[in-house]
Amino acid sequence: MPDVAIAGFAQAPNVRETPGTTNGVEMLVPIFAEVFEQTGLSKQDIGFWCSGSSDYLAGRAFSFIAAVDAIGAFPPIHESHVEMDAAWALYEAWLKIKMGEVETALVYGFGKSSAGELRRVLALQLDPYVVTPLWPDSVSIAGIQARMGLEAGLWSEKDLAEVAARGTEKDVSELLDTPYFADPLRRHDIAPITDGAAVVILSTVERARDIVEHPAVLTGIEHRVDSPVLGARDLTRSPSTEIAAKALDLDGVDLAELHAPFTHQELILRSALGLGEHVKINPSGGALAANPMFSAGLARIGEAAARIHRGESRKAVAHATSGPALQQNLVAVLEAR
Amino acid sequence: MGVTETPLAAPLNVGFDYTRSTGPVLGRFVNALREHRIEGIRGSDGRVHVPPVEYDPVTAEQLTEFVPVATEGTVVSWSWCAAPLDGQPLSRPFAWALVRLDGADTAMLHAVDSGSPQNIHSGQRVRVRWAEDAVGHIRDIAYFLPVDAEDTTPTEPAPPVADREEGAPVSVVITPVHLRYQHSASPEESRYLRGLAEGKLIGQRCPACRKVYIPPRGACPTDGVPTTDEVELADTGIVTTFCIVNVPFLGQRLKPPYVAAYILLDGADIAFLHLVLGCDAKDVKMGMRVRAAWKPRDEWWTSLENISHFEPTGEPDAAYETFAHHL
Repeated sequence: MPDVAIAGFAQAPNVRETPGTTNGVEMLVPIFAEVFEQTGLSKQDIGFWCSGSSDYLAGRAFSFIAAVDAIGAFPPIHESHVEMDAAWALYEAWLKIKMGEVETALVYGFGKSSAGELRRVLALQLDPYVVTPLWPDSVSIAGIQARMGLEAGLWSEKDLAEVAARGTEKDVSELLDTPYFADPLRRHDIAPITDGAAVVILSTVERARDIVEHPAVLTGIEHRVDSPVLGARDLTRSPSTEIAAKALDLDGVDLAELHAPFTHQELILRSALGLGEHVKINPSGGALAANPMFSAGLARIGEAAARIHRGESRKAVAHATSGPALQQNLVAVLEAR
Repeated sequence: MGVTETPLAAPLNVGFDYTRSTGPVLGRFVNALREHRIEGIRGSDGRVHVPPVEYDPVTAEQLTEFVPVATEGTVVSWSWCAAPLDGQPLSRPFAWALVRLDGADTAMLHAVDSGSPQNIHSGQRVRVRWAEDAVGHIRDIAYFLPVDAEDTTPTEPAPPVADREEGAPVSVVITPVHLRYQHSASPEESRYLRGLAEGKLIGQRCPACRKVYIPPRGACPTDGVPTTDEVELADTGIVTTFCIVNVPFLGQRLKPPYVAAYILLDGADIAFLHLVLGCDAKDVKMGMRVRAAWKPRDEWWTSLENISHFEPTGEPDAAYETFAHHL
């Protein structure tokens, strides 16, 4: 089976609210053009297209179909979609190349989180019989998770503020003086609401060498899921991430891009992946800087790959999450080879 | 082309009552709730799951041993909800909590009406506050209260109930889902909709393939680039293809039979769907020449509804070869 590499990455400006449509066309058209210019490829060179988005975010059925217009999908293309973060669309594209069906694939994700009430919309991903009917919002559920770790002594509010302050001008003690938003979470513990989109081009390593000087070779990719029953699992750990990591070789990783929409979740992930002090965490700012739904996970993989392309990392791990309280997790290892 | 105009946006409210059959496990759980009892289920490892799960989360074994548990329990963890959202268990500030009921090994997510974050802590003892009307639904538990607190008044109504035979157990739960969005039209669609408000039909040309689209588009589906050069189109055209609607449906505005047709305006390269009235349904033909019948000017707004329908002009039909590539 051929090895697969990431050959290109682009993302739309991450903003609190775009005036654009919920089908993402206005965000996608410019980043498709950007990634084609970057790679020297055109749409005729792409063997497979796969996207990630959500109709619940858009408030309309089949919203991803309108997004296909941004491709210019005539003559007809080989296309697929996941109703998940586009990191899982990347997994599907990786399989297509591995199986020898195609040599190149373009993966994109988009979402206009600002169109609805995001944390309420996310209640619809919960158990439809005994949980969703109560409308627990994503921030409240994360708050319960954060408190379990605080009370178990696994992290402190100061540890959380330090995660929020890293790489920013923010002062930890000033952050700790701010009021709770959803006790025990403060605003800095919670990812912002972001509209955005991202695109990644994958290809066989052989093909990628013609496109980019340092292809980011995808040497491993695994995803696992935990029980949807929030009260039946240990929320202070991420067993699915731990199991995914066990199936991968993370030795020598120098950089990690983690999809943690809450500060405490980054600490859970660092522990689940066994990342030491020497690993640079989220140089992009991560989901706490910008959390475009359905593309933030893909963007973690793209950000890690871009640093390998630029020679800033030799081996990176990228992570994407989906569902409440880190329920489902994907881990990818990228190497400069 | 009016690039400085803000795209049009409007509220979009969607709602649907999700109706789900319960099956034997959740059915037993909700029927017990109706009688103010709580039943869990024993997992493969001996743990008692509340609410009950149909299959063991670890072994995937089908579970069948129901275990009654108490209506009192202990807060495992919590977070404070200072500004409740629509549909949540209380409209006044409350705590979300994982509550482990006595006799259970897993915790359930629900609300605790503690009044303030100072009055709740992990390890706290709480009891069920039952809803005024128990209907066989997770919301029969209105919320939890600190075990020694006085009853408080529920703020939320009971969920809807599915019809069933007298005396029959609950086998369906209904959860109304209402979501509010701000729906935005694209800049190109906004130009078109604003044109309609003035009685104009505004298309745009794709800069790559030169085709004229009405409505104009954020991306030409062939070339993936936004349409640009504006083209004002006539309100005349042809029927490319059509169907005769004979079937009544919910929300139908016209009495069947009537004709829904693809209309290709003169000068446009893509047809859109509209009504053809003003003649007998059986007289509509492919290639028929039609003209827009506009509503009175004082009813115009940013909508294609300004055109009530299209009607025959009486001119000779277009030859099939002239529109075959649109089919």
